[in-house]
Amino acid sequence: MSAKVMPFAPQATMEMPILVVEDVVKRFDTPEGPLTAVDHMSFSVREGEFVSIIGPSGCGKSTLFSVLGGLVGGYEGKVTIEGQPIAGPHPAIGMVFQEDSTFPWRSVLDNVAFPLEIQGMSRADRYARARHFIAMVGLEGFEKRFPAELSGGMRQRVSIARTLAFQPKILLMDEPFGALDEQTRLLLGDKVLQIQQQLRQTMLLITHSISEAVQLSDRIVVMTYRPGRVKRIIDIDLPRPRSIDVVSSEAFGRYVAAIWSDLRDEASRGMNDAEARQRSSS
Amino acid sequence: MREARRYRLPPIAFGLGTVILAFAVIEVLIRADVISQYVMPTPWQVLLSFGRVVAEEDIPHRFLATAGECLAAGALMSVFGMLLGVALYRFRLLRAATETWVAAFAAAPLVLAYPLFLVIFGRTAWTIIMIGFLSGLAPVALKTLEGLTGVRPALLNVGRSFRLTPAQQFWKVLFPAAVPTIFVGFRLGFIFALINVVGVEFLINFGGLGQLINELAERYDLPGTYAAITFVILVSVLFFIALEGIERWLRPAS
Ligand SMILES: Nc1ncnc2c1ncn2[C@@H]1O[C@H](COP(=O)(O)OP(=O)(O)OP(=O)(O)O)[C@@H](O)[C@H]1O
Ligand SMILES: [Mg+2]
Repeated sequence: MSAKVMPFAPQATMEMPILVVEDVVKRFDTPEGPLTAVDHMSFSVREGEFVSIIGPSGCGKSTLFSVLGGLVGGYEGKVTIEGQPIAGPHPAIGMVFQEDSTFPWRSVLDNVAFPLEIQGMSRADRYARARHFIAMVGLEGFEKRFPAELSGGMRQRVSIARTLAFQPKILLMDEPFGALDEQTRLLLGDKVLQIQQQLRQTMLLITHSISEAVQLSDRIVVMTYRPGRVKRIIDIDLPRPRSIDVVSSEAFGRYVAAIWSDLRDEASRGMNDAEARQRSSS
Repeated sequence: MREARRYRLPPIAFGLGTVILAFAVIEVLIRADVISQYVMPTPWQVLLSFGRVVAEEDIPHRFLATAGECLAAGALMSVFGMLLGVALYRFRLLRAATETWVAAFAAAPLVLAYPLFLVIFGRTAWTIIMIGFLSGLAPVALKTLEGLTGVRPALLNVGRSFRLTPAQQFWKVLFPAAVPTIFVGFRLGFIFALINVVGVEFLINFGGLGQLINELAERYDLPGTYAAITFVILVSVLFFIALEGIERWLRPAS
């Protein structure tokens, strides 16, 4: 059930995948010896596709994203973007991190305009573009505020807007909605989907929410717990464009149930593992 | 913002009130002869001596001399301290080899080496500035290092994923993130620098307020001595206000 490159879904065009992950292994040196965070993972993503990655806590999702984002080296395997193997951060990739990554010394507007400032865009242009993306994530009126004055979920939306303003071809989002309540999550997820379809962006989303993954994705990569492998890749054959209403359809329920049963085993393995470690350490 | 201003008044009032109260207590203690009049003048006497000291002892000139030396020492200390801190951050080997030494240097009573500086720089303001500069160097370097090492990895990753150049990564991410800690270093370093500047002025009997304190003390003009010390405090207050302003400009709202 491990490494397996998924064949393209039947409706796929013949275009080349924009992102290919081939046999990636990433180990960390820890005091208890080497720890395999990502183990022989392979999958590919086509242009404009929305792929979710789901798996129990600690299974290696964020580590996988660090590899894709070119932020860590020392891994085995290969990651290619449009046919080119990556070496370091690739200009086609934009990342939204799991932790709060807003700059506390910059206002919301200056946070979102940051990547544009780096690109050397004029102040007027970058502020105009930043305002557009701030409105997109529903933070109009907060442009002059500083991150310390915002809630965790609002800060996360600032990060999303900042990465969107960068207009990357491929967007990697590590649990961007983790700090949000279910309703806001649904609405913002819907928003992200609209943005993605508008901008024809390729999106990879890490999430803990099965229903969110089903609502948004073309495909879902389910990961195993320790070492993090591909357990299964599921095509979500729900009609597009999807609205929030899709959540109440019967097909939706079937997908959620299927993924839940896959995840349950992995999650309980993770829990047992954590409990065992606690026992041995105390 | 209006709200913030309204809350700025009570701390100032409270601070002033505390100072006045402390002076009143000292005044009473001295008058009741709990503290000897021969050791300490009453705050009232000090206050009365201000006019005399300012008029007769060329205070404006001396004040500027001391403030200028502090400014020079502070500028050197900030620039070189930060450079040293950045070097310690960047070069692991350098850090492993010298961090303890730098920390030990911070505690060294550098002022005792003043004869050496006199030989090198002569009885000029440079002797004073260099001792002030060197005594503030270590805290700035160590706090810069601490600030840079403490920057959250997520912020560094943002910079890296937006493909910042190393210079951009430093000026747009690392430095602003470390500013609060670096400024703690500036404050500490400045305190050390000021103490040493005034101390060396006193010791070598040259320059601004330190020399004046020396002379007034020799003349046993106690109220005048304390009045002169007040001007040293004023230098310190002015520098702290300036530092706070710069920090707020670099890092608004934090
Ligand atoms: N820099 C590191 N050094 C050592 N071990 C690490 C490092 N980063 C991650 N790990 C380990 O790798 C494993 C996977 O971590 P990762 O952050 O990728 O999990 P995750 O799937 O993102 O979890 P979560 O859903 O809780 O965010 C964990 O066991 C973690 O302890
Ligand atoms: Mg994670």
